[in-house]
Amino acid sequence: MIKLQDVKKIYPDGTKAVKGVTFEVKEGELCVLLGPSGCGKTTTMKMINRLIPITEGDIYIDGTNNKEMDENELRREMGYAIQEIGLFPHMTVEENISTVPKLKKWSAEESEERSRKLLDLMGMDPDEFIDKYPTELSGGQRQRVGVARSLGADPPIMLMDEPFGAIDPITRDRLQDEFLKIQEEIKKTIVFVTHDINEAIKMGDKVALLKDGELIQYAPPAELLAAPKNRFVRDFVGSDRTLKSLRLMRVEEAMKQSPRVVREDDDLEDVKRTMETNEINYLIVVETGNRLKGWINKEDAEGVDSGRVADAMVADTGSAQIGTSLAEALTVMLEKDVANLPVVDEANKLQGLLTFHDLQKLIGETYTERGGRHPEV
Amino acid sequence: MEVWNYVNGHWITIGSWTLDHLWLIFVSNSLAVFIGVSLGIFIAGKGREEVADTVLYLAGIMMTIPSLALFGLLMPLLTALNLPSIGFLPAVIALILYGQLPILRNTYTAIREVDPAMIEAGRGMGMTPRQILFKIKLPLAVPIIMAGLRNAVVINIGIATIAVFIGARGLGVPIFRGLRTSRMDMIITGAIFVSILALLADGLLALAEKLFTPEGLKK
Repeated sequence: MIKLQDVKKIYPDGTKAVKGVTFEVKEGELCVLLGPSGCGKTTTMKMINRLIPITEGDIYIDGTNNKEMDENELRREMGYAIQEIGLFPHMTVEENISTVPKLKKWSAEESEERSRKLLDLMGMDPDEFIDKYPTELSGGQRQRVGVARSLGADPPIMLMDEPFGAIDPITRDRLQDEFLKIQEEIKKTIVFVTHDINEAIKMGDKVALLKDGELIQYAPPAELLAAPKNRFVRDFVGSDRTLKSLRLMRVEEAMKQSPRVVREDDDLEDVKRTMETNEINYLIVVETGNRLKGWINKEDAEGVDSGRVADAMVADTGSAQIGTSLAEALTVMLEKDVANLPVVDEANKLQGLLTFHDLQKLIGETYTERGGRHPEV
Repeated sequence: MEVWNYVNGHWITIGSWTLDHLWLIFVSNSLAVFIGVSLGIFIAGKGREEVADTVLYLAGIMMTIPSLALFGLLMPLLTALNLPSIGFLPAVIALILYGQLPILRNTYTAIREVDPAMIEAGRGMGMTPRQILFKIKLPLAVPIIMAGLRNAVVINIGIATIAVFIGARGLGVPIFRGLRTSRMDMIITGAIFVSILALLADGLLALAEKLFTPEGLKK
């Protein structure tokens, strides 16, 4: 756990870079320090491992004041990854990853084993990469090795300063996904600096938004989007914050459970009548085991005189899997030009139904400034 | 033909001059590397920009003093210090001074130009300033320092011939004597051997430069 208490950084020339920041990062949590350049986010991060001396206030690492620790020992207990990566070009991938283990006097075997494990974790084949030099790697691979190096001695805490900043958007997106998966496994306490609101929303369990050295809002991403504290936050998260919040919510949070279904061999006339009496024009078709088959709508059904549901069914409905974000689901709806999207699990078993109407309602709610429902995360 | 005859008849003498010459170069440049690299590391330190400017400026001036004049200037200085003012010692001192600029400047530049991101990463991972110097800065600076040394050695092999004027031995001897006695064969012999020595040293040091360049920097 990291706790900052009224931390200030005032430079000799009087510049106040950080003006009394207080917040806490719980164990296993990824906290994003977000803000425009010059807001003090990197300075704040660097005071945690004392790369920048604290002028006033205290930072506690698991209850110990970091001023009472030897600065080099302190830093060896925290992984450190930066945008420029800073891999050592005269060292192999393994030597780079083993930097901290070597400083901590691990044996050669332990270091190598750890390097292999980390490369594996980063999705890089240890046998292929362990003896390579940084110049032989692509940008994305270097970035991965940089992260692997920061995990070298398995530190409980990691400090990451725009670690995915220097790569193309597609690779960045992939690395973010990979890292989130890794984090689920390793559960480090992470302080992550970025100026990119989308990255902050995607990566953070909590986001600390800073401006001119002050902490403006400290909240989970969804809350930041739904209830910006003031004009600055609102402007910073952007006018498309509703769309952004759709990225944060999962289909299962917005879908209707147990929607009405029919089967392929049901009698079409019966189904038409049901639609008529219930004033619905859309029904999901499932097969044995509640597996999604397709859908049938009133218009199509009207053109078919008799027979079974299968005769009027549209097979390609599009669907969203549990866990998909609402933004992705919305994209599918727009692509397929449908207003209803069945939600299924991995085995294609029907779990619920997401309607465009529900999405609209949700968007309306997030737009309500006060008193609106905040989606829980 | 005359030159060949001279060389043929004086193998042993020429050999001993060559060895003397090499010894002078070896001693002076070893010390020059030690002093130049240490001083280069020192002035490349944080907050020493002004010291660095002064030191590099002085080393630059040193290069502009004609060698003959420098030897002449050293004599009263060494006499005052009660040290031998002619022979090996003043020659070594002068060559050390001449070797300083390339070695010092290259060391300084190489260390200053190590990517700040690497140093930042090193510090952030808990490396001490000493570890950063020996594990990051110096290994990365080695090829450039070696290039400076190569430069210094080649310059000094030439300059060392002039040291004969203050009584040092070496390949300057046949040149000096040849000049006094109008023996063209001796002058040319001396000149050829100095050139061969310089070329050989240059080649060998180029090889050493490659050898000392960390593997990862070659790719």
